[in-house]
Amino acid sequence: MSEHYTPPAKILHWLMAALLLALLILGVYMHDLPLSPDKLRLYAWHKWAGVSAFLLLLVRLGWRVGHRPPPLPCSLSRHMRFAAHAGHLALYGLMLAIPLSGWLMSSAKGFQTVWFGVLPIPDLLDKNKAIGDLLQTVHWGLNLLFVLILLGHIGAALKHHFIDRDDILSRMLPRRPEN
Amino acid sequence: MTRRILALLATTFLPLHAHAVEYSQVQSAQSAIRFTYQQMGVAVDGHFQRFSSQLSFDPARPTAAKANFTIDLASIDTGAPEGDEAVAGKPWFHTQAFPTARFVSGPIKALGNHRYEISGQLTLKGKTQEIVIPTTFTPQGRDGVFDGQVTIRRADFAVGEGSWAKFDLVANDVLIKFRITASSK
Repeated sequence: MSEHYTPPAKILHWLMAALLLALLILGVYMHDLPLSPDKLRLYAWHKWAGVSAFLLLLVRLGWRVGHRPPPLPCSLSRHMRFAAHAGHLALYGLMLAIPLSGWLMSSAKGFQTVWFGVLPIPDLLDKNKAIGDLLQTVHWGLNLLFVLILLGHIGAALKHHFIDRDDILSRMLPRRPEN
Repeated sequence: MTRRILALLATTFLPLHAHAVEYSQVQSAQSAIRFTYQQMGVAVDGHFQRFSSQLSFDPARPTAAKANFTIDLASIDTGAPEGDEAVAGKPWFHTQAFPTARFVSGPIKALGNHRYEISGQLTLKGKTQEIVIPTTFTPQGRDGVFDGQVTIRRADFAVGEGSWAKFDLVANDVLIKFRITASSK
């Protein structure tokens, strides 16, 4: 029997996968909309979801510290091991940096983030158009990088599953009832 | 001795009171008209970059004072370029038909301790409303600084119509804050 990720690690992984995909699609879609009440609503939802993703990531990192993932299969070369670790590290780093850049951008643009319209997140930056525009570029650039690494992440998982036929993907999937 | 001090005090301070000091030259660099409103529970600030004014204020005769302001609505800074563009449109200021907002002062009431109530007519988007603006006046050397704020309701002026008319996104109340620095001639 292969070693699986712990159930909380699986739940957090797939919950965040769904949330981040929705955030990415929403972020790209809302950006080009003409100003309307709906656009303001979508921006607010995007910010609330972004703060939620950031908090989920903290929970996930907390869990990760106490629970090491199952080891990589022995068949993996040293280079591939390095690539896997570097890729995961980059994903974690971006999942931290992207919401932070979004929050700072909101502050610099003068639109404070208030989580679900209830909990105000303090503005770390004063309103400043130049810094706001710069952070918008940073937010966009980090997301572009995130999407690229994400494609590598998904591609690697599928390659392991369908070509190498190892358990890299299945150990993150719900455990099949054993016969 | 006491008499000499009194005489000295008199010569030092009386001339200041004897001459009427009228503050009428608005220093635009030290003056600003700002606004704050709630957008989905979030306070958002903005300001107007251009306005013209006719001001005459003599603290000794506040009831004779006059303060007229004309705000160039196209000079709005909402904090976002697309916001500036949108508020020029028909549902908001409709600046093509109504390029300016105008305040014309009426009676001014002195409340004492440098506090005043300025009544007047605010005309915005073709609608005129009577408003009362609590204002303080602080003399600073040759200059005088007027600070005031008043809450107006955007619906009273049909600002934000159609899909913006409900207040769930953009609140009805808009707080207008101003600081006007004027020097005496």
